[in-house]
Amino acid sequence: MNKHILATGFSLFALAGSNAWAEHLVAIAGPMTGQYASAGDQIRKGAEMAIADINAKGGVVGQKLKLEIGDDACDPKQAVSVANTMVNKKIIFMHGHWCSSSTIPASEVYVEANIPVVTVSTNPKVTDRGLKNIFAIAGRDDQQGQVAGAYLVEKFKGKKIAVVDDKSAYGKGLADEVAKAMEAKGVKPALRESITAGEKDYSGLVSKLKSSGIEVMSYGGYHTEVALILRQAQQAGLKLTVMGGDTMSNTELATAAGPEANNVLFTFGPDARKNPSAAPVVKKFHDAKVEPEGYVLYAYAAFQLFDQAATKAKSTKFADIEKALRSGTFDTVIGKLSFDAKGNSSAPAFVVYQWKDGKYDYVKK
Amino acid sequence: MALALQQLINGLTLGAVYGLIAIGYTMVYGIIGMINFAHGDIYMVSAFIAVTAFTLLATFGISSIPLSLLLVLLVAVLFTSVYGWTVERIAYRPLRGSSRLAPLISAIGMSIFLQNMVQLTQGARVKPIAPVLVGGIDLLTIDGFTVRLAYSQILIVFVTVALMAGFTWLITRTSFGRQQRSCEQDRTMTALLGINVDRTISLTFMLGAALAAVAGVMVTVYYGVVDFYIGFVAGIKAFTAAVLGGIGSLPGAMLGGLLIGLIEAFWAAYLSAEYKDVATFSILILVLMFRPSGLLGRPEVEKV
Repeated sequence: MNKHILATGFSLFALAGSNAWAEHLVAIAGPMTGQYASAGDQIRKGAEMAIADINAKGGVVGQKLKLEIGDDACDPKQAVSVANTMVNKKIIFMHGHWCSSSTIPASEVYVEANIPVVTVSTNPKVTDRGLKNIFAIAGRDDQQGQVAGAYLVEKFKGKKIAVVDDKSAYGKGLADEVAKAMEAKGVKPALRESITAGEKDYSGLVSKLKSSGIEVMSYGGYHTEVALILRQAQQAGLKLTVMGGDTMSNTELATAAGPEANNVLFTFGPDARKNPSAAPVVKKFHDAKVEPEGYVLYAYAAFQLFDQAATKAKSTKFADIEKALRSGTFDTVIGKLSFDAKGNSSAPAFVVYQWKDGKYDYVKK
Repeated sequence: MALALQQLINGLTLGAVYGLIAIGYTMVYGIIGMINFAHGDIYMVSAFIAVTAFTLLATFGISSIPLSLLLVLLVAVLFTSVYGWTVERIAYRPLRGSSRLAPLISAIGMSIFLQNMVQLTQGARVKPIAPVLVGGIDLLTIDGFTVRLAYSQILIVFVTVALMAGFTWLITRTSFGRQQRSCEQDRTMTALLGINVDRTISLTFMLGAALAAVAGVMVTVYYGVVDFYIGFVAGIKAFTAAVLGGIGSLPGAMLGGLLIGLIEAFWAAYLSAEYKDVATFSILILVLMFRPSGLLGRPEVEKV
């Protein structure tokens, strides 16, 4: 009994120490484990920093934020169960999921519970379903595919280009868009193939590319498979250039593929680390020994969006936040963002990058 | 033609790895009549041990390729055999004599345990190593397509053939092999003849694990990348190989492994890589429909 009183006393004391009596629960979800876990790690680092910063200035509408982390391992089934758990915990904002194949089913759960979702998933289906709660901040694969397709046709004129995907919602969607964009420019992919993600042996694909005289491969999928394909191509004596999507912005590609990573080009939003306005935040990440690459700054921006929308609406109710997000323009670390009726952002167009000795930068013209 | 030759090489290499893992399944099934579903994860553990060993050797500055390969093989076989022994001791021996389903479930439990243990202690990220054996021999060029035999492929095939020869000798010629075969036939009678059955079964698990360890090292050298999930796919494929060849038969496991490797390689090159696994498993179903005991398996005759 005494212990109880003591404990209550302590918790009251602790609560009195903070400014608020309650906290807003906000969440991120993505592949915290599994073969794409390094992306989940980026999201977590960005979100933790953003929430620390928001809480340091007093929280959102007078209340501090508390982060919940959901792990879907990029498995659509697990994503739905994560979504249900989050709904039960009564979160008021979700940044996630990461894989399009997870975001699409999970967002259906969030929309019923009136939870706003800001995602970096790029499959057009994410926003095309017209859900009222979804806001995509990393562009769409049809835009991405057009940029990649145009670049391939122009840069690799006369070379044989293969289009390969991993059968995932994101990978196949992106590869189809690239192929469409190439065909619109009058170049038909010399080979169209799919592989199974998660395997280790891609020597069949490599031999096929080699025998068809392919020099350039456009790939829709994730970085782990690209690393394996490149290593096996090198072993088979095939010089292969890979053009990938936004998921190639992961240092794991460089460690896993070794020097072969220098043959990887990819499309991604403009590097926010180069924005002068993002410099203070970038410095903060560097001070915390975190390289704000890939999705780190996107996660940071997602919480900035939530904070600014809630502050503008002076409320954390779904309807108010939704209205605020759709009507305003927001100043985030990844640039100025505004949204159309479907939740597509005005995020600046995709840029082509190239890996070079463990780092990526805009490709030289 | 050149493509076919290249895929023959690739398929044999892949098949050799499947075969090495499949032998572990088939030996355990032969001796205690259960499928050791944790076997794929034993292989995964050995790949991680290999990565750790390669990294350690690199920090000690041992750069001679044959020496480091030999050391890594020794270390991996040693540690992985201990894993094999422990798994048997913890998860299967207490259940010996219970219903057939109980050890099957504990095997699946062990598999999940090993996967999660490696994921939590080693992290979920893929672990790459610097290429160990680089380069290969260009065999011939037809119509601009150069058939290439990588050194790592030569290594895999060579090691597999050597191990198979050693194994056949061990099972057919030594006293341990005789004990093992007699355990397969009748455990009670074997025990009555004064043979330590538990010890023989433990040793069988350790041998299976040792072969999986060799496969793990070979895969690490060949692909250069491992993660905690590789045991699942490889385990399923090797299990298929064991069933295809006739579970319980050692040459059958190797044959099954090679067949699956070749089917995958040719299907991926000539038809569609997309439907590779569909092809593999369809062939398994067909074989089982017409030869339920597998290609080299002997049908079980119930004695009355």
